[in-house]
Amino acid sequence: MKSSLQEEPTVGGEQSEQPTAPRRAKGTKRLLLAMSAPGVAWYVFFLAAPMVILVIYSLGRRAPNGGYEAAFTLEQYAALPTRWTPFLNTIKLSLAGTVLCLLVAYPMAYFMATRGGRHKTLLLALVVIPFWTSFLIRTYAWVFLLGNRGIPRVLEVFGVNDVRLLNTSFAVLLGIVYNYLPLMVLPIYVSLERVDISLRHASKDLGAGPFRTFLQITLPLSAPGVVSGALLVFVPVLGEYLIPVLLGGGQTYFLGNTLADLFFQSRNWPFGAAVAVAFILLIMVLIAAYMRFARRIVAQGREAPLI
Amino acid sequence: MTEPGGSRWIDRSLRGFGFLVYGFLFLPIAVVVIFSFNEGRHVAELTGFSFQWYVEAWTNPFVVKAFRTSISIAAISGVISTVLGTSTAIAMPAVPRPIRRSFDGLVNAAIVVPGIVLGLSLLLFVVSATSWANEWISYFAPNSDIRLGLGFYSVVAGHSVFGTAIVHVIVRTRLASLDASITEASSDLYATPIRTLQRVTLPLLAPAIMAGFLLAFTFSFDDFIIAFFTRGQSQTLPIYLFASIRRGVSPVVNATASTLLVISITLLAVATLIYRRRADRRMETR
Repeated sequence: MKSSLQEEPTVGGEQSEQPTAPRRAKGTKRLLLAMSAPGVAWYVFFLAAPMVILVIYSLGRRAPNGGYEAAFTLEQYAALPTRWTPFLNTIKLSLAGTVLCLLVAYPMAYFMATRGGRHKTLLLALVVIPFWTSFLIRTYAWVFLLGNRGIPRVLEVFGVNDVRLLNTSFAVLLGIVYNYLPLMVLPIYVSLERVDISLRHASKDLGAGPFRTFLQITLPLSAPGVVSGALLVFVPVLGEYLIPVLLGGGQTYFLGNTLADLFFQSRNWPFGAAVAVAFILLIMVLIAAYMRFARRIVAQGREAPLI
Repeated sequence: MTEPGGSRWIDRSLRGFGFLVYGFLFLPIAVVVIFSFNEGRHVAELTGFSFQWYVEAWTNPFVVKAFRTSISIAAISGVISTVLGTSTAIAMPAVPRPIRRSFDGLVNAAIVVPGIVLGLSLLLFVVSATSWANEWISYFAPNSDIRLGLGFYSVVAGHSVFGTAIVHVIVRTRLASLDASITEASSDLYATPIRTLQRVTLPLLAPAIMAGFLLAFTFSFDDFIIAFFTRGQSQTLPIYLFASIRRGVSPVVNATASTLLVISITLLAVATLIYRRRADRRMETR
């Protein structure tokens, strides 16, 4: 049921049937309109306007000593191919990171959902707690562990010398899995929880082994969780800056690093703005393509158990 | 009904895997905390217990100042986010559809668009808006020293954009689960809209609002990337920490980081407790 405060303006009919309601409904509506104004204004001012400014800057020129010079030109966009490598790198590493996350998160969520018993809430909380601590500190923990005086030093004791872990693509991928794992575990867990356990019993009673039951019942039914988990991880990883800087040491270049360099080092704001606009468009295109692809998978997942 | 018995081998490896992952999630953080109490300066060996790195960290004037700045930014942006997120969540249903649709779009954008893009677009916006304002200031008051620019308040603005989205979503979810008859009863008993809001809606939403505030506060307190772009000359604690990390691993960084971990975990525990307990009590009174 909807609260009367939540009533949509078009379905006010129910209200006006009551004797004294119309005047009150009108008062409520006026109050609510007034209440929404500051928030809407805030977002127009600090979210929508900056996005518009971003597009305007991307059409400008770099001033001789850095910054922005007003112009109306597409030359920044024409120069985009020079940043093709970080674009490609970002997509490749984000994809790899998302797949790795999935490979760790699925069995984890499966463990929590099927073997959790009475402790499910605790198990869930333990996954979420690290996620809500500072991202910077979680990444730093790996700088500490992978650095020369961390794990490589321990390995030396065992006679394994000259291992380089920090500032490699491996470290970046590890950082991605470590930081984003909960975002993948949670939706998969939720969808596994919803799979009716009697379906698995029925499958077993009909003679299917545990693997067959998993492949034909559990996996297809948990597809929605996998689909949304992958999106929840992939999109923010695309915008990653800290992980490649701290764990990749400038060797593995993400778009985030490119943007920071363009804004702070070369102070080429218009080109930075163009890269940012292209980046937003890329995210939108990828999400849209993914949604189409995902809808098919989820639909298949729903049909599978009937076959 | 219990899980249909697979083989014991599957069962064991699943449990084993689960515990490995928990180790993976907690060990790195634990190592940082343990080594923050380590006596020696060297990282690979534990030599004894000591608080000296905490003393060194928290007597450093830069750390203390950055901490104050972080707390103030988190408090102000937390309050702004809570007020705006709550009021829009309650009011949106009454707003004309095109505005509501666009606002929903902006809320989604605030969540989906990576922090780095939010940060740099706000940077451009503040820089162009303030340079325009500064021209007017020097035109009307040629002798004044007032110069607007990036700084404390642009970080507050950046954090409040994301914070408002968090609070809005949490409060709206709670609002959807409320029983409509309660507010209807209030207005049938001749309560004015404002009174219904004060006495019925807001108290019922209180746990969600409080949890939203704490989440927005924690987000702001921990944020690096938005502050990185919008900070101007002001220094938050994550920014300071980032600079020290780039200079190299040190026990002082471990001590500062451990303090921050304790602060954010405490805040989150409080947020969860408030959200849970109030919800339980409401169920009981029904």
